[in-house]
Amino acid sequence: MTPTNKSINHPLDDLLRTDRIPHIWCPGCGIGTAFAACLTAMKASGIDLEKTVMVSGIGCSGRGAGYVMLDSYHTTHGRAIPFATGLKLANPELNVVVFSGDGDLFAIGGNHFIHGARRNVDITVVCVNNLNYGMTGGQVAATTPLGAKTTTTPVGNPDGPFNLPLMAYAAGASYVSRWTILHTRDMTESIKDALLNRGFAFVEVLSPCPVNFGRRNKEKALDSLRLYQEKTIIKNDAHPSELDIDFERGVTLGKFVDIERPTCIDRYDATCRPPEMLEEEKAA
Amino acid sequence: MVLWRVPLDSEEIQTTIGIVHILEDRCKGCGFCIEFCPRQVLQFSKRFNTKGYHPPSVVKPGECVNCHYCEIICPEFAIYSVEDLTQSGHAAGPETEVS
Ligand SMILES: Cc1ncc(C[n+]2csc(CCOP(=O)(O)OP(=O)(O)O)c2C)c(N)n1
Ligand code: SF4
Ligand code: SF4
Ligand code: SF4
Ligand SMILES: [Mg+2]
Repeated sequence: MTPTNKSINHPLDDLLRTDRIPHIWCPGCGIGTAFAACLTAMKASGIDLEKTVMVSGIGCSGRGAGYVMLDSYHTTHGRAIPFATGLKLANPELNVVVFSGDGDLFAIGGNHFIHGARRNVDITVVCVNNLNYGMTGGQVAATTPLGAKTTTTPVGNPDGPFNLPLMAYAAGASYVSRWTILHTRDMTESIKDALLNRGFAFVEVLSPCPVNFGRRNKEKALDSLRLYQEKTIIKNDAHPSELDIDFERGVTLGKFVDIERPTCIDRYDATCRPPEMLEEEKAA
Repeated sequence: MVLWRVPLDSEEIQTTIGIVHILEDRCKGCGFCIEFCPRQVLQFSKRFNTKGYHPPSVVKPGECVNCHYCEIICPEFAIYSVEDLTQSGHAAGPETEVS
């Protein structure tokens, strides 16, 4: 069989704004792989895509919302989760997917993340963690590993990174996992599970930023993928306190939390709109 | 290094014979598909695409086991595989490379 280059269509073309492809992400950037997994998971989950929206903040990862052929919102920096919360409360029928970066979700938007998880807002949050602020030139982030070089930590980061799954768990998220873009099928399955989880579901995806993080840490994109292969272990149900990111010691991947508890809307309805109250209103 | 080209989930994935399609002008030459194809089906071509990158080309057409790994690891929506319906039946398991 002769392989052909005059291909018909990529299997995800129906969910892509193909007029905007090729996207802006650099050669070797992992965001495209995480984004593709997200689209595949959305399809595979069986959710109604007519009632599904994607929300992003600002950053390279935040460009995701601009490439999906669904209703989508590119919000201001750090505000993807409050925007998504508003969408979900205004129209509870919607499946709301947040796709954004570590800086957007955990630095400027960190408080929104905590409170989204605390209130158990029924949304899915996919965070592309590339360990730095890619878009603005590779500054140190809340997720940059100890000792790593960035434009703003030229001799090495003196601080340690956030353990994102621990934060999500501690704040009350009902689904928490971590994968890398190399663990593509696990990542895709996990995003699918997160979409189907009723509550605040969080998937962290480790992803290379060869142009900014990688360049300053002598790590080409393929080196990052090798690190993901050689320096990770899969340990489902590991305690979230064991999930620090330290590639020298090894990084734990897996699904750590998958529970059901009342969502923000459940509690709002039970508290502010109990049946008695609605009946009284009707009678009045 | 031992065994590092084996896809992480090679055991779960059914193998058939595949045909690879490459949307050359979407490719940015990252090499992920080439590096992680379990059967070394792909290689960089010498040609440039319209953006100046070297897209992969299929060097071992009969070896593709239609595992779709190139398709799902590609950040650019530039490559995918489909089952070759003219070649049913036998397909060998993924090779393990020791290099
Ligand atoms: C209010 C505000 N502050 C700062 C910025 C500058 N800025 C743009 S993107 C970004 C960080 C993005 O980092 P991350 O979310 O990790 O995305 P990445 O580019 O790494 O995918 C910053 C600080 C901004 N756009 N708006
Ligand atoms: S700067 Fe980094 S994160 Fe942004 S597109 Fe380039 S490689 Fe990706
Ligand atoms: S489908 Fe699998 S075997 Fe075929 S080229 Fe892609 S990665 Fe290689
Ligand atoms: S993974 Fe995609 S972008 Fe990278 S070399 Fe292969 S076809 Fe090109
Ligand atoms: Mg980032």
